[in-house]
Amino acid sequence: MAQRLGTLSELRAALDDGRTSASDVVAQALGRARELAPAFAATRGLRADRAAEEALQADQRRTARALRSVLDGIPLLLKDNLNHRGEPTTCASRILDGYVSPYDATAVERVKAAGGVVIGRTNMDEFAMGSSTENACDQPTRNPWDPTRVPGGSSGGSAAAVAAGIVPVALGSDTGGSVRQPASFCGVVGIKPTYGRVSRYGLVAFASSLDQVGVFSRTAADAAALLQVISGHDPLDSTSLDEPVPDYAAALDGDVAGLTIGLPREYFVEQGVDPDVLERVRDAVKELERAGAKTCEVSLPHTPYAVATYYLIAMAEASSNLARYDGVRYGHRATGAHDLQSMYSRTRSEGFGAEVKRRILLGTYVLSAGYYDAYYRKAQQARTLLRGDFEAAYRSCDLILTPTAPEVAFALGERSADPLQMYLSDIFTVSANLAGIPGISVPCGFARDLPVGLQLLGPALGESLLLRVADAYQRRTDWHTKTPPEAS
Amino acid sequence: MSALQEVMERYEVVIGLEVHSQLRTDSKLFCGCAVRYGDPPNHHTCPVCLALPGALPVLNERAVSLGVRAALATHCSVQPQSIFARKNYFYPDLPKGYQISQFEEPLSTGGWLEIPMPDEAAADAVRRIGITRIHMEEDAGKSIHDDSVAGGDGSQVDLNRAGVPLLEIVSEPDLRSPEEAGAYLRTLRQILRYIEVSDADMEKGHFRCDANVSLRLHGALDLGTRTELKNLNSFRFVEAAIAAEIERQAEVLDGGGAIQQATLLWDRTSGQTRVMRLKENSDDYRYFPEPDLIPVNIDPQAVHDIRAELPELPDQKRERFVREHGLSEYDAGLLTGSRSLADFFEASTAAYGKAKPIANWLLRDVLHALNEREAEIDEVALVPETLVALLRMVDAGRVTPKSARELIPELVARGGDVEALVRERGVEAVSDAGILETAVAEVLADNADAVARFRSGEDKMLNFLMGQVMRRTSGKASPAAVRDILAAKLGG
Repeated sequence: MAQRLGTLSELRAALDDGRTSASDVVAQALGRARELAPAFAATRGLRADRAAEEALQADQRRTARALRSVLDGIPLLLKDNLNHRGEPTTCASRILDGYVSPYDATAVERVKAAGGVVIGRTNMDEFAMGSSTENACDQPTRNPWDPTRVPGGSSGGSAAAVAAGIVPVALGSDTGGSVRQPASFCGVVGIKPTYGRVSRYGLVAFASSLDQVGVFSRTAADAAALLQVISGHDPLDSTSLDEPVPDYAAALDGDVAGLTIGLPREYFVEQGVDPDVLERVRDAVKELERAGAKTCEVSLPHTPYAVATYYLIAMAEASSNLARYDGVRYGHRATGAHDLQSMYSRTRSEGFGAEVKRRILLGTYVLSAGYYDAYYRKAQQARTLLRGDFEAAYRSCDLILTPTAPEVAFALGERSADPLQMYLSDIFTVSANLAGIPGISVPCGFARDLPVGLQLLGPALGESLLLRVADAYQRRTDWHTKTPPEAS
Repeated sequence: MSALQEVMERYEVVIGLEVHSQLRTDSKLFCGCAVRYGDPPNHHTCPVCLALPGALPVLNERAVSLGVRAALATHCSVQPQSIFARKNYFYPDLPKGYQISQFEEPLSTGGWLEIPMPDEAAADAVRRIGITRIHMEEDAGKSIHDDSVAGGDGSQVDLNRAGVPLLEIVSEPDLRSPEEAGAYLRTLRQILRYIEVSDADMEKGHFRCDANVSLRLHGALDLGTRTELKNLNSFRFVEAAIAAEIERQAEVLDGGGAIQQATLLWDRTSGQTRVMRLKENSDDYRYFPEPDLIPVNIDPQAVHDIRAELPELPDQKRERFVREHGLSEYDAGLLTGSRSLADFFEASTAAYGKAKPIANWLLRDVLHALNEREAEIDEVALVPETLVALLRMVDAGRVTPKSARELIPELVARGGDVEALVRERGVEAVSDAGILETAVAEVLADNADAVARFRSGEDKMLNFLMGQVMRRTSGKASPAAVRDILAAKLGG
């Protein structure tokens, strides 16, 4: 069995000291990915030959002292909804059967330019629609801490791969919690940046006004390193922010003294939240207080409307975003259709899974004549109110702390029959997407041997602050050093 | 009285037009692909206009400034903020499954343009037609239904046109006859060409029109139920289709029936409209704001700058021609019909020094030659210097006006050196006194009767005799010289 890979910082040090080579590290990552695939199905496709070639080039750069960045020669995985030139992009959907991308997503292009070695793609809920990675078209990913449980979703493959020590870092995407919730379930760090901080160009759209590329790692410091590489303005994404990217690593001074952390009363409720989860999060609050942070109660009064608002907007946008999968230009096309209408309906019936169909139907409904005002327009109004909640809260605190999810990883199949229950997994994460603000999930202990995550939410472009607090917390705790027994 | 006239006596016709005009940009509305025709199918495509997974649109700023220019030229107010929206429907030549258009917040609203009144005797009678809105949107690709190329049972899609920028210009229901609809379209097209916003070439599909038509009794306040005529792709078809639809609706109403709201196609072979789909079956486009694009903000300074750069519009130019060059409204209207003709006129006038002869030659002979060739003045070889050189030869008596007129088609087609052409054609005017005196003497001898009648007071016989001399010299005689000699001989 190939060994667990170290963190990015550890691998960087080992590479720089000449204790190992990028070729060895990449071979180790590929070996581990292959060995763990049957048990966890975290990956969807590996590019062993090309990754080995790229590792060799990274080694040559290292010898020539021409390293491109701290990421140079480091293996990583991409969620299978990020276009990577010459590779398939499936979104874990049959509808994209046979599609090989002719272009790089901007985030992928930046990773490549920084010397990062992409070893393959990770499993996900189809088109990022789900909270368990059970909605993949072929097989679900399993949680490295307990293979009978889900890794969370929709970026469950990336979270599981980092937790299982296959790669030190991975990219995911977060539309309503799809990075933070699986990070919480798998005991790793997951950050969703401010909307517009990372280009969406080449990220297959689920809900355009909510989607954002995010990063998985075991430490906040590693997250900072990868986020540094992928952040920044992109003229190919009109919604990307034209703001300078601060030096995230430089912000990690271990100091939280004097910061005020807001605890929203709507998130610290007994009802519907696992008491063990609440206890771990409260322990984390105490730890930060011991480190010198102040805490105060804040209110986000429109929180009860967040999940409904989120699903209305996300499904409406999804119904339109997924219209392009029509069998005309690429991907799956049904055979035996006798006219255009039947080509469309057969192709889409065969190509999409149940959850995707459910969301397309609901999204189509809420945009329909006569319903638009009652649903979509109202949801946009609620979104404005939710955004206002955060703006008001940040007047009395620097950042907000909540549980990432109301629970620990649930069992495979437990929620499959009950979509509403599944949607409630996102109750603490969707607001950040609606408000466009950054959020990070950090491991903060265990409940019944399963990881618990705490979520920090910052003001827009507050990534430095989130990473600094997360890093300070990790310097004082060792939750992130624990390894899952099934993948040690 | 025609059937149409008879209907229009009884009913008021209400027409509104929606025009799609292709913007004159080098690249598409949301990606860098070239806007070009005639290249192999799907040659000008990229991840964005192919709608590959993950691709995103980026707005072409040039298209926005052209849109603003069109808005200003039609007296519309430019909205400080406009928003793109998705119009959702499935069709194979619509790659994203939605068209990016504008819906609730268009680029501009509330303008007008003036059309000449077709039936008025006065050349300067105009009618003001309201423009509801002008917005930007992208074109779809082209579906090719050709059984022979697609293996017998299929269609093919060419996406070179997908994403090409269009302006949609929606008129108020202010038009009252097929002729007015035609006049509105011609005026709009003329303006868009003047301001170089669109080539507005109907044949190439750069300028397409849908018409909303309804009837009501004269004096009625409420509008009748309307039908929509789709994709009328020539001025002639627009007028013919609207006329046919007016007659169809009148027949339904006369029979006590009700008009059903519907979309119709015009069949040019039968000359009739036919229902494509009824309103009940119409699409629900599920418009919503395009989340991949940010709102278009246009600050007042930008509008001011674009207004300052607006070229002279056709109406302004026409009035200036009347004022500065002493032309009639009618002639000025013809000369300002296209910007290139107006420019040709002004350049020629500047070189020649007098406007009226230039106007006469252009309107009579040059326009005729252009019409024969179905060409615009800037598409042919004739340049102002050549026309002026020809006129100077006429003035100098070196070419007769008749010969000069005969040379115009040649000069329009091939251009070149007037002197050389005159020599080549052997049409230099004969002003040699000896030759002309002989010819005159012969004519007088052969037409003693005419000479006698002239001398008894029939002045018009002089023209007859002139004509005889011209005939004898194969039209090459300089008329002024002949007149002088004739006058001398007859007077003596």
